[in-house]
Amino acid sequence: MKAAVIVFPGSNCDRDMAVALRDVAKADVQMVWHGEADLPDVDLIALPGGFSYGDYLRTGAIAAKSPVMAAVVKAAAQGRHVLGVCNGFQMLTETGILPGALLRNAGLDYVCRDVPLTVEAADGAFCGDYEAGGTIRIPVAHHDGNYFADEGTLDELEGEGRIAFRYAEPVNGSARDIAGIRNRRGNVLGMMPHPERLVDRDQGGTDGRGLFTALAKALG
Amino acid sequence: MKARIYITLKNGVLDPQGKAVHHALGALGFEEAEDVRQGKYIELELADGTPESRIEEMCTKLLANTVIENFRIETD
Repeated sequence: MKAAVIVFPGSNCDRDMAVALRDVAKADVQMVWHGEADLPDVDLIALPGGFSYGDYLRTGAIAAKSPVMAAVVKAAAQGRHVLGVCNGFQMLTETGILPGALLRNAGLDYVCRDVPLTVEAADGAFCGDYEAGGTIRIPVAHHDGNYFADEGTLDELEGEGRIAFRYAEPVNGSARDIAGIRNRRGNVLGMMPHPERLVDRDQGGTDGRGLFTALAKALG
Repeated sequence: MKARIYITLKNGVLDPQGKAVHHALGALGFEEAEDVRQGKYIELELADGTPESRIEEMCTKLLANTVIENFRIETD
């Protein structure tokens, strides 16, 4: 698998993402600066966590208009795989690739801890190595992870099996406890928790590995 | 010319910050404050004669997220 990790001013999980992709998914990883207009020929594009542009205006809003994002939107529409984690998920909603928006956490706190997630969709390129209904423990670190969408959109996400992960305990006020969603075609996943932070025993756990092993199987 | 953009959360979108501000006003004794919704105010300095449609485009493309926010434009 060939993968590109997009680096924005203020990204801070880009290197963790690259390490997880290299070590676990055995991917050939390139770092791509957000100012590039073109993407290299890759199977997976990863939008990492962080605080792009200092979260100015809205989280992910300015990054979503970066030159490279036009190419990401196009690639996603063509069926290329795109993974957005935390700030990357916020960018995916800001571009409209994924529906909804991420609001300030209901408790107004910055939440930084491991949280239990229920695996809702154990299929596809991202989730195929997890067990449906199983619980995994993945760290979150965000201030704006409170997923919002109108009722119609939420019903659609549920009806189409597009909710990938739900929080198994209250975390941030997310509608229907949504922690991660996919697009209709299943080639785009956005999630607030950080699987790349838990892929090695030295990090305190390996529950995040499944996402990267699944990608390796799906994308070679 | 100058444009003033008021960005507010749509009805039905929770506003935890507004709620916290409301709570703090109550604690200060301002019981008459019945609800608080927090938004954004943006001032734009524009080339004279900029049509409203261009300002609207700025709002829908970047300044506001119309999934969760409404905007209102005022020009001099």
